[in-house]
Amino acid sequence: MNIQQATEAIEEVLGQVAPDADLTALSPDADLRDSLELDSLDFLSFIEGLSKRVGERIDEDDYQKLATLASASAFIAGRG
Amino acid sequence: MDTAPIPKSPPPGGTTFNLTDYDAAVRDFSWAAARARLDGLPGGRGLNIAHEAVDRHASGPRAGHVALRCVAKDGTRTELTYADLQAETNRFANLLGVLGVGKGDRVFSLLGRMPELYIAALGTLKNTSVFSPLFSAFGPEPIRDRLRMGDAKALVTTRELYERRIAPIRASLPGLEHVLIVGDATADGTTGLAGAMAGSSPEFDIPATGPEDMALLHFTSGTTGKPKGAVHVHQAVVAHHATSAFALDLQPDDVFWCTADPGWVTGTSYGIIAPLTHGLTMISDAGDFEAKRWYQMLADERVSVWYTAPTAIRMLMRYGPELAAGYDLSALRFIASVGEPLNPEAVVWGQQALGLPIHDNWWQTETGAIMISNFAAMEIRPGSMGRPLPGVTAGLLEQGKDGRARVSDGKVTEVTRAGAEGELALRPGWPSMFRGYLHAGDRYAEAFADGWYLSGDIARRDEDGYYWFIARADDVIKSAGHLIGPFEVESVLMEHPAVAQAGVIGKPDPVAGELVKAFVELKPGHEPSEELRRDIIAFGRRRLAALAPKEVEFDQHLPLTQSGKVMRRLLKARELGLETGDTSTLGSTP
Repeated sequence: MNIQQATEAIEEVLGQVAPDADLTALSPDADLRDSLELDSLDFLSFIEGLSKRVGERIDEDDYQKLATLASASAFIAGRG
Repeated sequence: MDTAPIPKSPPPGGTTFNLTDYDAAVRDFSWAAARARLDGLPGGRGLNIAHEAVDRHASGPRAGHVALRCVAKDGTRTELTYADLQAETNRFANLLGVLGVGKGDRVFSLLGRMPELYIAALGTLKNTSVFSPLFSAFGPEPIRDRLRMGDAKALVTTRELYERRIAPIRASLPGLEHVLIVGDATADGTTGLAGAMAGSSPEFDIPATGPEDMALLHFTSGTTGKPKGAVHVHQAVVAHHATSAFALDLQPDDVFWCTADPGWVTGTSYGIIAPLTHGLTMISDAGDFEAKRWYQMLADERVSVWYTAPTAIRMLMRYGPELAAGYDLSALRFIASVGEPLNPEAVVWGQQALGLPIHDNWWQTETGAIMISNFAAMEIRPGSMGRPLPGVTAGLLEQGKDGRARVSDGKVTEVTRAGAEGELALRPGWPSMFRGYLHAGDRYAEAFADGWYLSGDIARRDEDGYYWFIARADDVIKSAGHLIGPFEVESVLMEHPAVAQAGVIGKPDPVAGELVKAFVELKPGHEPSEELRRDIIAFGRRRLAALAPKEVEFDQHLPLTQSGKVMRRLLKARELGLETGDTSTLGSTP
């Protein structure tokens, strides 16, 4: 997966968890939880949705890498 | 799950627990003696929560002790000693006076966990005004309802929250005279808190305060109707102080972290008031749950007593005990949990991962303080909420057809057989009992029968007096420690142009206890589609935020009662895959 595909996958899952979110206004380095008003259960759904979407489990240790759109894209793209 | 009891031994190194012998503590306790452990206002002028929490320490040897350490999202720390906190809360009280906000007037907060929240809360109490905290993750609808129902005269909030949540509804709140913005004023009709505080005197004498004067207004939810504003009075502080000594074992040298947001009752009773009455150091973290951040917080702040929630513990459990092992948690000596029942696995996990069992306890917005609890010196039976606090009389009442206590000719019947279920009830008389639902005397009256307060929770009691939660008797949802009224959610969903009818239930969830799930019936001319489903979820999130349904399912034939109300219990039975004729086991928490 390249960065762009990873970003698309992330945006798709965010759209499912928080369909109210305006992703076009989301800055790549903004904290996802703050800017999209995700509570901890939303964030967990996001991780679970993303695991499904990319077809492999995301380790709890890596949750912090999903904090922003940019860091999450880099993380997902780096996994192959 | 049947888990072996966890025996207890005395604490190490010559220290002692506040409650060492449960039976003796129950026998020897009186509320009058508990009241005598507080100071009261100087000159016999009454009892004020803020004096017990702040001023009595600030005028004594603990003046220089850190009362509050706030950690911002970026890790920045702000410390206030008891002397600092006294000066700041005095400034806030003086400011309210200048604004014409007086005794009994309601001051609301809509703030994240930051110093101004604590200052506003305690300054309001000093001014004998009434403090009502709102959860900052509420959407505009829940906020408007609560500000209106609570007759909000003043609101303290941030610029961001004002713009997002208040500005759009401000015109519909004519009684809201003052909006104080943390930092500087940014919009017409608001006042900058920083400037106003700077111009305000740090000297203030708390006026005479009656123990029955209204102090706090906490909103909670029922099965039907809008949220209810539970009224608490100043002498609630007697219960805050006594129960936190018994159930949380708070002592003056502790560093205490209550992870609940002050927008919910736990975060006020035990996240502001109770810990300060003990003169200890309280930690507040503005950040949301994040496993590593939380462990880091426990380690860096040398937290000794930790009061958290089952959802957070179950989230930590996902990481396994290995993550905890990487942090120095040696300062930690006692852990307690509240919000929804703590499953036995979580109690045991605490022992394995944190080296300490987790002590579950039980109470409600209406009770104002912990009523049933596990104690440091008492054997834990994992899965049990423990035994009643000294000074608290609990009982179980036989249930009628609707699941609630059966009342015939004004009389209820107590369940006495060990192991039998009944509605959990309390004998009124403890100081933090709610004194009413604001503007809803009838709903208050309905909460009592035959000299008992009826909790709405179903429980059983074993042969040794330990209570075990079974289920809610009504349709109220407990999600991630928050009580959510289905009616409030349904009302908003029905404002969506495509929705004809909605039924909202708590769907069992391994982490949150329950998740808010909505079943919606569409109006003619609308067809179920993924796009519409997302649109309804988005609509709910914009209007309700933290209370919004996480799941929406279409159902063109919602089951209705003869009077046309959605039968939530049937929806829940379907969700659980139960025979729809049998609803007797509904609501059991996983």
